Amino acid sequence: MSTKIIDLVNISKSYGNHCVLDKLDLYIRENEFLTLLGPSGCGKTTTLRIIGGFENPDDGKVMFYDSDITHLPPNKRQLNTVFQKYALFTHMNIYENIAFGLKIKNKSQAYIQDKIKYALKLVGLDGFEKRMPDSLSGGQQQRIAIARAIVNEPKILLLDEPLGALDLKLRQDMQYELIRLKNELGITFVYVTHDQEEALTMSDTIVVMNQGYIQQIGTPEDIYNEPENAFVADFIGESNIIPSVMVQDELVEFLGVKWACVDKDFGENTPVDVVIRPEDVLLGSPQGAKMTGVVSHVIFKGVHYEMEVQANGFEWLIHSTKMFSVGEMVGISVDPFNIQIMNKPLSKDEEATIIDE
Amino acid sequence: MNKKTFITPYVLWSTAFIIIPLCMVFYYGFIDDTGAFTLQNILAISSREHQKAFFLSLILSFISTIICLVLAYPLAMLLANMNVNQNSFIVMIFILPMWMNFLLRTLAWQTLLERNGVINSILSVFHLPKLMIINTPYAIILGMVYNFLPFMVLPIYNSLIKIDDSVINAAKDLGANSLQTFLKVILPLSLPGVISGITMVFVPALTTFVISDLLGGSKILLIGNVIEQAFTQASNWQLGSGLSLVLMIFIIVSMIFSAVFDKDGEGNLI
Amino acid sequence: MIRKITSKLYIICIFIFLYAPIATLIVLSFNDSKTRAKWGGFSIKWYIRLFQDEVILQALSNTLILAFSSALIATIIGTIACIAMDGMKKRTRLLLLGIANIPMLNADIVTGISLMLIFITLKSDFGFTTILLAHITFNIPFVILSVMPKIKQLNPSTYEAALDLGASHLQAFFKVVFPDLLPGILTGFLMAFTMSLDDFIITHFTKGPGVDTLSTKIYTEVKKGIKPEMYALSSIIFVAVLLLLLFSNKKNSIRKNKSQTQKIA
Repeated sequence: MSTKIIDLVNISKSYGNHCVLDKLDLYIRENEFLTLLGPSGCGKTTTLRIIGGFENPDDGKVMFYDSDITHLPPNKRQLNTVFQKYALFTHMNIYENIAFGLKIKNKSQAYIQDKIKYALKLVGLDGFEKRMPDSLSGGQQQRIAIARAIVNEPKILLLDEPLGALDLKLRQDMQYELIRLKNELGITFVYVTHDQEEALTMSDTIVVMNQGYIQQIGTPEDIYNEPENAFVADFIGESNIIPSVMVQDELVEFLGVKWACVDKDFGENTPVDVVIRPEDVLLGSPQGAKMTGVVSHVIFKGVHYEMEVQANGFEWLIHSTKMFSVGEMVGISVDPFNIQIMNKPLSKDEEATIIDE
Repeated sequence: MNKKTFITPYVLWSTAFIIIPLCMVFYYGFIDDTGAFTLQNILAISSREHQKAFFLSLILSFISTIICLVLAYPLAMLLANMNVNQNSFIVMIFILPMWMNFLLRTLAWQTLLERNGVINSILSVFHLPKLMIINTPYAIILGMVYNFLPFMVLPIYNSLIKIDDSVINAAKDLGANSLQTFLKVILPLSLPGVISGITMVFVPALTTFVISDLLGGSKILLIGNVIEQAFTQASNWQLGSGLSLVLMIFIIVSMIFSAVFDKDGEGNLI
Repeated sequence: MIRKITSKLYIICIFIFLYAPIATLIVLSFNDSKTRAKWGGFSIKWYIRLFQDEVILQALSNTLILAFSSALIATIIGTIACIAMDGMKKRTRLLLLGIANIPMLNADIVTGISLMLIFITLKSDFGFTTILLAHITFNIPFVILSVMPKIKQLNPSTYEAALDLGASHLQAFFKVVFPDLLPGILTGFLMAFTMSLDDFIITHFTKGPGVDTLSTKIYTEVKKGIKPEMYALSSIIFVAVLLLLLFSNKKNSIRKNKSQTQKIA
């Protein structure tokens, strides 16, 4: 197992009466691309800022390898941040912006020049040394912000929703750029976003957060295919979430029909939630099908047809390349492997589960 | 609707009351009593007494501007760093004196500084020596600083609050301590406000005659007094205009100076 | 910790510096004796005498009428000018804006003497009218300064939407454009009003012997020797300004709270 580069132990943080983080435990492994994912206000940015040193937790410790850096100021930590609004120094040109951290460390002129050349090449902006930040586009400014951070050879790069202000195509290009950068630099990336597609594309590990609690930690595939509660299922991708009863191991009942599935250890006759991804719902002839329904909506989305089918009182969402017309009677089937069982939430706040990897 | 006709009132007004009057100053500045062209009004600045007044004005306004800058900058920083809730109230407290009548504020200092004024009365109760600042250049500096301090605080404050928090965080993130962050990031970014403040203090201080009148007694003459007397007492418009033209050169220089440093017009009062 | 204490101390020192003179005036306004050196007991007689002093009250009314009318006229001329400038080529606009800036950039004394010269040349009688003309002149730049940014922020689509929905140009202007400009126009008016209230130097050069504003009256009185009624006047002005600022501050924070609660809801 790799070394823990950051360990957040029992972190709590409140602003006035508002509790943002409550006894958060999270560790980050060396060289992984870890994403904190969640809606606005879930605490992901606060967590990032605590790692960066821009906020002090009310309680708990921040460990960097074996050292306690909880109260170390940001300028003394061996990490660098790429800010959401780029935060370039508008009174300096690109060269001076990138050189800023190196000059503070009193590096030699020759060293600085080399580093800047390398950094600009890495982000694909050679020759931009004399330009002023205001003359650059959003995407270019973002890349300069990244260059400015990485020249300092941090052990960890923190990125606070850096792609939020870019348009779709540019965002997608930058996502691949970031992965390429990380591999070339060989360092740890901690990324914050509310965009689940971004998280799924880039991360080694995703930490889904809501209301200050960790909802689930896992690889993109784990999070997508096996969400542990309704929040995660709903937040990541689109899904059909159906209230059900776990009859016994590998058998679940919902919408009046019993279905074979692959999960065990939920007990007998336990109320659960079932999540089925729209692309896992198979439509076919109504004859002999476990459940039948009527198609109510069809929208062509390019990559697939998005259809809604009313069956047994539930509105199913289906993604399929095979089209069925509105009003048509269809049969629904699902592979047992694709029926994901989730516990009902224990409390209103859906407390965290910590996974041992 | 022809938009061009809308501009006429303004054009007429500014021609009549801004441009032509200014031309008249130029006109009178370059003629003598017979109406012939002369440079004597301009060169009058070099006469002994006028030189004295001019240099005194320069020195006093320069010193006052520096003192204002030194006092205002820390204050602006403290105000800018304050909690948003207390923020506008406290700023208002410091701006309030600015809204009081300028003459009354100067009068207030006269009351305090007078030979038998308030300060000296209090001092004499404690059997301390009297403070004889009134009617000296020091009183004038005090009056200038008192009157113009808010004009230095406000633009600096405005440019400081425009600095995004994330830029300061970025500097710290890149390794700068508080002093380095201030010198390398905050100070340069606040420069438009500083320049604006300097201009808003230096020019009025240079050309004032009220402060020297009330706090300097009739004995201390600044260039503003000389010009004022030329117009109201001596009816020597030529001399007054000539001296004003010399003053205007200084004003224009400081305008150019401020325009160079403040290309985006960020240092404005509003 | 030390830092916090020094900061607080510094702010307090500046506060004392700024308010000591004003406090002195207020205290002295209640002083029964006329001299500044001795405290003769508490009295409000100066306030009473103030309200009986015809000359001062006349100066006060002059000042208020002057401020209101000059601000109003300047606002009209300035706003119309801004609207006109919006459609102009950049060069012309910059030139006109530059001219507008001249009274603001010039020292008051130069503006004052230049206006004095033109009034003399025109052989006009110095009096209320000349002061009014002068005040309008230096007020117009402040109006332009406040309205121009609002014009730049205007969304052309809303005007076109109004036309599209059947409004005439005039209707579209008053129903859609004007309300957007209103904050800037009001700010401009208030700034002009304030500048006019407080002006001394320009008024000094453009007034005649008969007319006085508050500032010029104070000036002549101070040169003669102080009247304690002046202290009473100062206190009243101070309280008025304080109330005004508190009121506008309250209004601003109520508006802020309103929009914040609306955002949450």
